[in-house]
Amino acid sequence: MGLRLVLVTGRTLEQAAGMHKGKCSEEYRAAVSRGEIAPENLAALSLAEGGAALLRTEHGTAEVRLFSADLPAGLLFLPLGPFANTLVGDETEGTGMPSFKGIPVEVELL
Amino acid sequence: MIRIRGGCIVDPANGVDGEVRDLWIQGGRIVAPPSPPVSEAEVLDAEGMVVLPGGVDLHSHVAGGKENMGRKLRPEDHREHVRPREGSLRSGSGFTVPSVFLSGYLYAEMGYTTVMEAASAPLFARHAQEELEDLPMVDKGLFITLGNNHFVLECLARGEEELLRNYVAWLLRATGAYAAKVVNPGGVENWKWGRNVSSLDEEVLSFGVTPRKILSGLAESVRKLGLPHPLHVHGINLGQARSAGTTVDTVKTLDGLGGHLCHLQFLSYEEAGEGSSLFRSAASRVATALEATTLSLDVGQIVFGGATTMTSDGPLEYALHRLTGAKWINDDVEGEGGGGVLPLSYDRRSRLSAEQWITGLELFLLLRDPWRLALTTDHPNGGPFFCYPQIMRLLMDRSYREEVIATLPPKVRSGALLPSLDREYSLSEIAVITRAAPARILGLRNKGHLGIGADADVALYDRVFTDGTPCRCAKYPSCRRALSRVRHLVKGGEVVIRDGKIVKEVSGRRLCVVPPFDESLEPRLRKQFSETYSVAFENYALEEGEFPHREVVPCSKT
Amino acid sequence: MTERTEHVTCTFCGCLCDDITVEHEDGRISSVSRACPNGRAHFLDYAPAPRLPRIRGEEASWEEALAEATRILNAARSPLLYGLSSASTEAIRKAVSLADRLGAFVDSTSSVCHGPTGLAMQAVGEPTCTLGEVRSRADLLLFWGCNPAASHPRHFARYSTTAKGRFVPEGRKGRTVIFVDVRLTPGARSADLFLRVDPGCDFEVLTTLRALVREKPLREQEGVCLGGVSLGVLRDVATRLKSCRYGVAFMGMGLTMTRGRDVNVAELFRLVAELNTYTRFSVIPMRGHGNVTGADQVLTWQSGFPFAVSYARGYPRYGPGEFTAVDLLRRGDADAALILASDPAAHFPSRAAARLASIPTVVLDPEESLTARGATVWLPTGKAGIDVPGSAYRMDGVPLRLRPFLAPRRPSDEEILGRLLEEVTP
Repeated sequence: MGLRLVLVTGRTLEQAAGMHKGKCSEEYRAAVSRGEIAPENLAALSLAEGGAALLRTEHGTAEVRLFSADLPAGLLFLPLGPFANTLVGDETEGTGMPSFKGIPVEVELL
Repeated sequence: MIRIRGGCIVDPANGVDGEVRDLWIQGGRIVAPPSPPVSEAEVLDAEGMVVLPGGVDLHSHVAGGKENMGRKLRPEDHREHVRPREGSLRSGSGFTVPSVFLSGYLYAEMGYTTVMEAASAPLFARHAQEELEDLPMVDKGLFITLGNNHFVLECLARGEEELLRNYVAWLLRATGAYAAKVVNPGGVENWKWGRNVSSLDEEVLSFGVTPRKILSGLAESVRKLGLPHPLHVHGINLGQARSAGTTVDTVKTLDGLGGHLCHLQFLSYEEAGEGSSLFRSAASRVATALEATTLSLDVGQIVFGGATTMTSDGPLEYALHRLTGAKWINDDVEGEGGGGVLPLSYDRRSRLSAEQWITGLELFLLLRDPWRLALTTDHPNGGPFFCYPQIMRLLMDRSYREEVIATLPPKVRSGALLPSLDREYSLSEIAVITRAAPARILGLRNKGHLGIGADADVALYDRVFTDGTPCRCAKYPSCRRALSRVRHLVKGGEVVIRDGKIVKEVSGRRLCVVPPFDESLEPRLRKQFSETYSVAFENYALEEGEFPHREVVPCSKT
Repeated sequence: MTERTEHVTCTFCGCLCDDITVEHEDGRISSVSRACPNGRAHFLDYAPAPRLPRIRGEEASWEEALAEATRILNAARSPLLYGLSSASTEAIRKAVSLADRLGAFVDSTSSVCHGPTGLAMQAVGEPTCTLGEVRSRADLLLFWGCNPAASHPRHFARYSTTAKGRFVPEGRKGRTVIFVDVRLTPGARSADLFLRVDPGCDFEVLTTLRALVREKPLREQEGVCLGGVSLGVLRDVATRLKSCRYGVAFMGMGLTMTRGRDVNVAELFRLVAELNTYTRFSVIPMRGHGNVTGADQVLTWQSGFPFAVSYARGYPRYGPGEFTAVDLLRRGDADAALILASDPAAHFPSRAAARLASIPTVVLDPEESLTARGATVWLPTGKAGIDVPGSAYRMDGVPLRLRPFLAPRRPSDEEILGRLLEEVTP
C-alpha cells in the first residue's frame, strides 16, 4: 500500500523551455517527469532526492522521479506533459475541461 | 451598365418624390440616361416598386471590442436565432447581437448599404477594423472615443489648442477612423476612481478640466480640421432624470461649434415630479433648445423587447447593473476611456420603458426639420437595427401608434404629450431620416441620394397594398412589412440582392479621413506612450494594409 | 550582415510583450533581448528554413500534401478543427470559414485552458480593464491560482507588481500584492500576503470572502470547511480588498482546472463585481497562448460563440462539454481532425490523445510537435510575427500587429487554409 496524495499538475519554466526544444528531447522528458512533494512525504516513502516512484490514479500510471519542495504535506506537483497526461482522466463534467488538478494519487516505490 | 426600369423614385435630396422613371448605373455610380439609348444594359424591372437610395445608419454598434464582448456574453441571445450557411454565404447566429456576417446580410436585406460603427477606444480600433473587414454588404466607418483621453485632457488643461488639433488628426489616421466622438466627457475618467460627473462644470479628477471644456475644445478641433462629420456627442447623465437639463446645456455649449448629438432619447428625461424616483419625457424642452441651433441628432428609439446595452459610458453600465442585477461587463481602457455591456429588456408594462419609448417618438415628431435627424435605435442599446421598419411604421401611421400607446401603463399615457401629436411622416420624410439626412450629417456627398454621380446604392421595395385604402404615407399602408425587406438591392453598382435573395456577397468600402497633421507632435506622443500605454508607440498605429477597401473622404479646410 | 529589429511582439504567451529587440543574420535569428526565457526560446528555437511537408512521416511535395489534406477533410463526416491559439488572427478567420464550409466542429485550446472562465463570464459578466490601467492605477493586486513567474514571466515588471505608473509612481511599494494558491509558487514568495488554500477548496474560500466583504456575521465553526484559511485571515483580506483605491485580480488554471471549474471562476467574478460597491475592482484572466484571446474573438464575431462550436447542422451551435475537443474525442464523435498551431498530443489526457492518434489528422505547425509527428499530413508553415504577418490579441483584448522581420520562406497558415477552403467540397 503506497502513500495517498493529491496530484496537482501545472506549468514550469523548464517544461515550457522543453516545449521549444521539441517534446522528444531529454531535457523535456526530465522536466516533465520531475515530481515534487513535501519533505516529510518524501521521508515517509524512505525515498532519496530524485528517487523513482510509480504514480497511480484511477486513470493510469506514470513512472516519475520525486524531489522534496516547499509544498504542504499531502500535495504532489507534476509539470504538465505526457507523464501527467496519463494520470488525468478525459471526463470534463460538461465543461470541456478535464481535471488537471486535485486528483487522488497513490505513490508506490519501484 | 444597369437600367432600373420604371420604378417610383423617392429621392428627397434631389427633390424627387414619387416620380416614375428609369435610373441608370455605370461604374458604381448613378449616371445620366445614355443618349442614344443603349440596348445592352442589364435591366432591373422596377415597375410597381418604390426606389430609394440605400439606407445609411450613422450610429450602430456592429463590430469591435464591446460588440464582441456582448456576443460572447450572451449565448442565450443566439441559440434560437440562427441562419444556416447558404452557398457561399456564411452561417451566423444572434438576435440583439448578431454575428458579423449575419449583421451585414440583415442590413442589406433591409435596404441599408452604409453603416457607421459608433464607438471604439482608439486602442481597440485594430479589433474593430478587423471585424469590419468581415462585415459584408455595406460601406462602413469607425468613430473613435476621445472625451476621456488623457492626451486630450492634458492639452485642454494647458490650453494647447494646436497640439490638440494635431493629435486628433494623428489619432484618426492612426486608427483608420471616420469621425471623432465623445462619450460622457470626463465621467468615464472619474469612474476609474468610482465617481462620475453630473454637470458640465464638474471637475475631472486630477486633470483640472471640465466636461464643458472637453466638449467645446474637441468640437472646435473637429471644426478646424474640416472633418466631414462634426463632433459626435454622447453627453453626460445618460439615462438619468436630470439628463434633459444637461442636454440643453450641452446644446448651448456646442451651438456655433457644431456637433451631432447621438441617441438623444436616452438624454431627454426630467424628474417625473418633486422627489420622484421616476423620470418622464422632456423631449419638448430638448427639441426647443435644438430648434434654436443647427446641431443634428439621432434618436436612439427603444423597441419593446430584448436589447443588449453596450457603451463606452462605463459608469452608466454599472448603474444599470445596480438597478437590474443583470450580468455586467466593464472594461477600463488605459489612457483613453472605458465601457461596459449589460443585457436589458424593454417591457411595455414598465413605466420606465414606456417613458423611454414615448420620449423617442416625441423627439421624432416634435423636431420640425427632418434633415437634422436620423433614425437609429443605437443598436443594440435600444433594440436591434432590424426593427427600424417598425419605427418607420410608428412614425408614418398614427392609428398604429395609437394602438401601441393604448397598451402602455395608464399613468404614463395620461401625462404624456405623445397621444396629442398627430403628425405622420410621409415616405419622403422617412427617406430623409433613414437616407438623405444621415448621409448629409456624416458629410457623405455621394450617399443618401440618387442624383448623377451618387454611389449606386439603390434599394427597391415592393409596394404592398392591402385593401386599396388611401394612406398618407405614399399609399403605403403596410409600410412596415414593405420596408422590412428589399426586393432588389444594388450596392456599389452591383446587383447584390435579387428577388429578396442575396446573390452576391460584397465586402464594402472602408470610409476614413486623413486630416493633415504636423510631425512635431511626435516627441510629446512618445512621452505619452511611455507614461500611459502598455504598448509601444511604434506598434500602435494601424498600417494601411490592415484595412483594405479604403475610401478616403476629403476634409474641407474652413 | 547583422540586422536589428526593434519593437518586435513576442507571441509565446498572452502578455504579448511588444518591446523585444531581435538581431538576425542571413535569415536566422542570432540574438534576442528583453524577452523572458520563454520568449527567447520562442524566437531562437525557430528554424525558418523551408521544410517539406510529411505524409505519414514521409516527405512529400506541397501539392501532394495539400491533395491528401483535402482528401482527408472531404472524406470525413464530422471533422474537428482544433487549436487556433498560436496562429495569427488572419489564419483563425480562415480556419473558422473552413469549419463553416465543412460543417465541422471547431474548438480552440481555450477549452483546456480558460474555457471555464468563458462560461463564468457568460454566467455573471466580467468587470475588467487593460493591463495599462493595472500599471497606472492598481494599488492592490490579487493573484488567484496563477503562477506568472512560470507562465507569464514579464507580467510583474511590465504590467503589475513592480511596474511604475502615473498614479502609482513608487511601483512595488505602492501596491499590496496578495497571492492565493495551493502551493507557494515562486511569484507568491514576493507577495505581501500568501493564502494557502487546500486543493479543490477555492470555491469555499471565495464564498466566505464574499460574505465577509458584504459584512455577513460569520463565526468559525467546528467541521465547517474554510479551505485551509482561517476566518481571521480572510477578514483581513476582505478589509484590504474593500479599502484599496483600484484593485485588480488575476486568475489562472488554479481555478479552471480544479474541482468546481467555471463555478470557482464565477464566484471570483461575483466577488470582483461586488467590490465595486466599495471601490473600483477589475479582473483579468491570465490567458496563456499568444493569440488564444484572438481565437475567442474571431470565433465569437463569426459564429456568436467563443469555443466549442459545431457547424454540423449548417449553422453554429454552442456546446461546452459536448463540442469541446476532449469530449468529442472521448465519445469518438470526430472522424478526422485539422490541428492548427497547437499540440494536443502533448497536452490532452492520454486517452483523448490516443483517440486523436486513431483518426486521420492534418497538422499545420511551424514545429514538428508531438502532434505533427503523429499526423497523417504535417504542413510546416511559417510563424506569425517572425516570417509571416498578422495580428494577435493580448490577454486583455488589446490587439497588436505582428510584423515579420525575416523574409518568408515558408507558406503561412493563412495561405494554406485559403487553399484548403478552395479545394474542399462543402
